[in-house]
Amino acid sequence: MVLEEVHPFSKYLRAEMMPHIWCPGCGNGIVLNCFVHALDELKYDMDKLVVVSGIGCIGRTAGYINTDSFHTTHGRALAFATGVKLANPELDVVVISGDGDLFAIGGNHFIHAARRNMGIKVLCANNLNYGMTGGQQGPTTPLESLTTTSPYGSIEHPFNLVHLAAASGSTFVARWTTLHVRRLTQSIKKMMQKKGFCFVEVLAQCPEIYGRYNKMRSGLEMMSWFKRASVVENFSDPSKAEISSDKIPVGEFVDIEKLSYERMLHEKISKINEKAMEKV
Amino acid sequence: MPEKIRHPPIDKEKVQQAQAEIHLLKDQCKGCGYCIEYCPRKVLEESEEINARGVRPPKVVDNSKCIICSFCTAICPDFAIFVEEKPTRKTKEV
Amino acid sequence: MLQKLLTGPHFLNGDLACAEGALLAGCRFFAGYPITPATEIAEHLSQRMPELGGIYVQMEDEIASMAAIIGASYSGLKAMTATSGPGFSLMQENIGLAVMTEAPCVIVDVMRGGPSTGQPTMPGQQDVMQAKWGSHGDYGIIALTPASVQEMFDFTIEAFNLSETYRVPTLLMADEIVGHMWEKVVIPSPEKLKIINRKKPQVPPEKYKAFKPDDDLVPPMACFGEGYHFHATGLTHDESGYPKTSSSEVQSELVNRLCQKIEKNAHKIIRYEKTMLDDAEVAVVAYGIVARAALSAVRKARENGIKAGLLRLITIWPFPTEQVAKVAKQTKGIVVPEMNCGQLVREVERAAKETPVTFISKLGEEPHTPMEILNAIEGVN
Repeated sequence: MVLEEVHPFSKYLRAEMMPHIWCPGCGNGIVLNCFVHALDELKYDMDKLVVVSGIGCIGRTAGYINTDSFHTTHGRALAFATGVKLANPELDVVVISGDGDLFAIGGNHFIHAARRNMGIKVLCANNLNYGMTGGQQGPTTPLESLTTTSPYGSIEHPFNLVHLAAASGSTFVARWTTLHVRRLTQSIKKMMQKKGFCFVEVLAQCPEIYGRYNKMRSGLEMMSWFKRASVVENFSDPSKAEISSDKIPVGEFVDIEKLSYERMLHEKISKINEKAMEKV
Repeated sequence: MPEKIRHPPIDKEKVQQAQAEIHLLKDQCKGCGYCIEYCPRKVLEESEEINARGVRPPKVVDNSKCIICSFCTAICPDFAIFVEEKPTRKTKEV
Repeated sequence: MLQKLLTGPHFLNGDLACAEGALLAGCRFFAGYPITPATEIAEHLSQRMPELGGIYVQMEDEIASMAAIIGASYSGLKAMTATSGPGFSLMQENIGLAVMTEAPCVIVDVMRGGPSTGQPTMPGQQDVMQAKWGSHGDYGIIALTPASVQEMFDFTIEAFNLSETYRVPTLLMADEIVGHMWEKVVIPSPEKLKIINRKKPQVPPEKYKAFKPDDDLVPPMACFGEGYHFHATGLTHDESGYPKTSSSEVQSELVNRLCQKIEKNAHKIIRYEKTMLDDAEVAVVAYGIVARAALSAVRKARENGIKAGLLRLITIWPFPTEQVAKVAKQTKGIVVPEMNCGQLVREVERAAKETPVTFISKLGEEPHTPMEILNAIEGVN
């Protein structure tokens, strides 16, 4: 066994910022690993990539990837990304954020960015709570879960993010867990090469907080929940893809083609300028 | 190659099985245990030593069992393990 | 015939003049949300931007509009948004983000009657303190107050130049009257205009530190896609741009620099207009639409034998403390008319020290009449 100091993906990571701040066993580390792995397999042009993140544990990702990156205010990553993409459509803009950032405070921006079919790729690490601030309930916290702000069990029905994204008009919708590393990497690769609004949800374990409060005290226990409950149901009905303790439907649910906003804007601008030249 | 195979591959003499080079960045490991648990060949187990973070990183039990599936590389949240193929694999001409 | 950029004399309203000024300044990205009385800026730019190859996008709310213009600014375009009181309140958090990440952009606030939904179609000057203190935390910001349609045009260009020079969001605090009135605007041809663009890095990507300032306290700005691979965050950061949230030195250095960036350069930023102040015994300090009534009052006062003068503030932030103090020393009283319950008058009082300051408030559809200001001048005299 030879000890070598350099991980093959370290060129994609900012050396000054590593090691990352995430807890032992945190799913966010696996999300970062899969994302970087996908970039490596695609031999991605890192000069074209912009990573935008929101606030949260997963929000630190923008600081770790060695490319142009921006860490916005809570919930506004998609609005910021809209400005970046429209101002320079050559850039590939990826929003890496969490369930609370994207769907609670940022919910409005998510549905409109999806509706407009902005060419933005969204990678959502869904850890079922607000991890960074200590484990409060969020829009995806399962019913009856214990969190620091639902000490008697949550009485809010959670979002079915896959259904929400599909209904808002996303052209690519997938969900995987952090156990499905290979398929997640493949979905990320597909997403990076597609035009239009794409959404990949990753069920990421939060063993230190969510898991500990909800009888899954280690990362391995949460992973075994993923292993036991996940069922691959590609192209099944997104509205029936709710997560429960017995069933986690995973797979690629939507993969369609639709004219993106930037494409239509470009066509309009060309048409308007053509008309102007005709009149001159 | 395992000791007893019922139907060994026809080119068993010609092709040398790839040898794994398992790199452990011990001080980056946070002891989550995913690589140990999910290795399909049970190549890794928890070691006795304690690293700079105060946890027990994995150690290689039997290098020859590793089939370089790289699942450990893909699932490690801390970029603390990666597997490469030893560059000595040759195909023998017969 | 479709003209690309306007030149020469035109009859426009304030909102349209602002929009055309932005286009001439090089603005090619507008993200906004309809709100009276700033809607015309959005409507006009939705038509004009595509003609010039620029981008107009209507966002879902003002919060998104502000976030989008920061994004566009970081992608290399000059970006602007326009709103009024309620939208301005929504934008505050992201104005803080623009200040922290030093993103050049222009925000137009066509002030109306507040608070809350207030009087959407009536003028007001109730947002002037919010312009400086609206977002949480300590920071420096630049705010201009136009008093005519020509100034709406000129100051929009000035706002872009200032924001690009100092890498700070610049506010154009107009009001509903200036926004909606129609006047003659003379637009110079593009070659005659002074347009300033942001400083670009002079070092290669390996040596670049995203927030390392030059001597003027402003760091050169790289944009996305240029190969610099930098990171910008709203968290407290050091020169490299990476978050450093546990260090007092980093916080102190960063926040002080953001404030000093404007204060230290205040003498280059501040603009004002003095009328008949050299031998004045009573001064009126006013800004925006009210300054026009004040000018009339001051002229009338002179006719009546009172030595009155007008200090019209063009830059309200950074506040021209020195100039107001100078005026205060030479006069026996200052009159401050504002269309609010007393906002900028506090800064005037602070600068004037011993000199008595008389405040006249006016709320509702009309600004002060020249008679009302004249009465106050006579009262001081």
